[in-house]
Amino acid sequence: MAVKLNYREYFKEEALPLMWCAGCGNGILLRAITDALADLEIPPHQVVVSTGIGCWGKADDYMTTHAFHGSHGRALAFATGIKLGNPDLHVIALMGDGDALAIGGNHFIHAARRNIDITAIISNNFTYGMTGGQYSPTTPLSYKTTTSPVGVAEPAFDVCGLAEECGANYVARSTVYHVTQLKRFIAAAIQKKGFNVVEAINTCPTHFGRRNIPGDTVEMMKYIKDIGMPRSRFEKLDEEEKNKYLLTGELVNRERPDFLSVYREINPAASESGRGEGK
Amino acid sequence: MNKTDKEVKIHIDEALCKRCGFCIEFCNTKVYEADQDGLPLIKNLEECTNCRLCELRCPDFAIRVEVVNNE
Repeated sequence: MAVKLNYREYFKEEALPLMWCAGCGNGILLRAITDALADLEIPPHQVVVSTGIGCWGKADDYMTTHAFHGSHGRALAFATGIKLGNPDLHVIALMGDGDALAIGGNHFIHAARRNIDITAIISNNFTYGMTGGQYSPTTPLSYKTTTSPVGVAEPAFDVCGLAEECGANYVARSTVYHVTQLKRFIAAAIQKKGFNVVEAINTCPTHFGRRNIPGDTVEMMKYIKDIGMPRSRFEKLDEEEKNKYLLTGELVNRERPDFLSVYREINPAASESGRGEGK
Repeated sequence: MNKTDKEVKIHIDEALCKRCGFCIEFCNTKVYEADQDGLPLIKNLEECTNCRLCELRCPDFAIRVEVVNNE
């Protein structure tokens, strides 16, 4: 009988300690992803993680799966090429909020529109951590960063709302505090065909927390815990209050045909090569 | 023995721990206490329910909760 897989099969223990700051939730998200892969029993050699640049872009260094560490914002562009080149692989794009929505914003929009079979896992810590805490497209209105010392004057992107509008098949949001829920969403996203997005609300005590949340790493985590709100409570808030919280849960779960299925249908010759019926 | 009637062992890797304090703060049964440096000390192992949330929420893979099989 097969031995049950453990997260250690996907995690490079010899690469410890992790490079991230004390209290950064990236390690928690990494654990959730490796746990989800172990639960799904997908062998590491059938998984490719594609990353861009940023703190979270370093995640591929700690995984035993195949990895492609690309340029800033292009994780999805490379992931698209990898998936089309070998549709049998499970392709996971790991991106930060800046990577996915600013530098790579167009790739995100069009990967969702195309509904290509890629799992996008976005670590949203509301700031550009690696480059020194500048404001990102997801920094909440009026919050302070190094480039907005008196507060950001722009409203934040709703990552999940954008993914839904553009056509993603599966969209879910959780936080690094809600670890078991996070793992469940990641596993569902990896299993589902089409473009699937999991947004993990993450901590950045070093930059975002220091300027906006009085206290230490624990206070930063409490903030994350409190702004994530399930639909049952979120719906009861008035419009103004809704801006202060982020709706968590499975927000979209639909069955649009994915890019490769459509492509093969209109171009039957593409199926005859025999490669890659996909998952 | 503890609340799960299973013998639980908690391993903390002091070299990996970055003293973020998540395990100490968010443990539902307050198994941990901080030392002067912020390192979690296992103070109330008998309260541990083996939920393993401390292990999953440790950003640095420094905690391992293990059920000791003593059939």
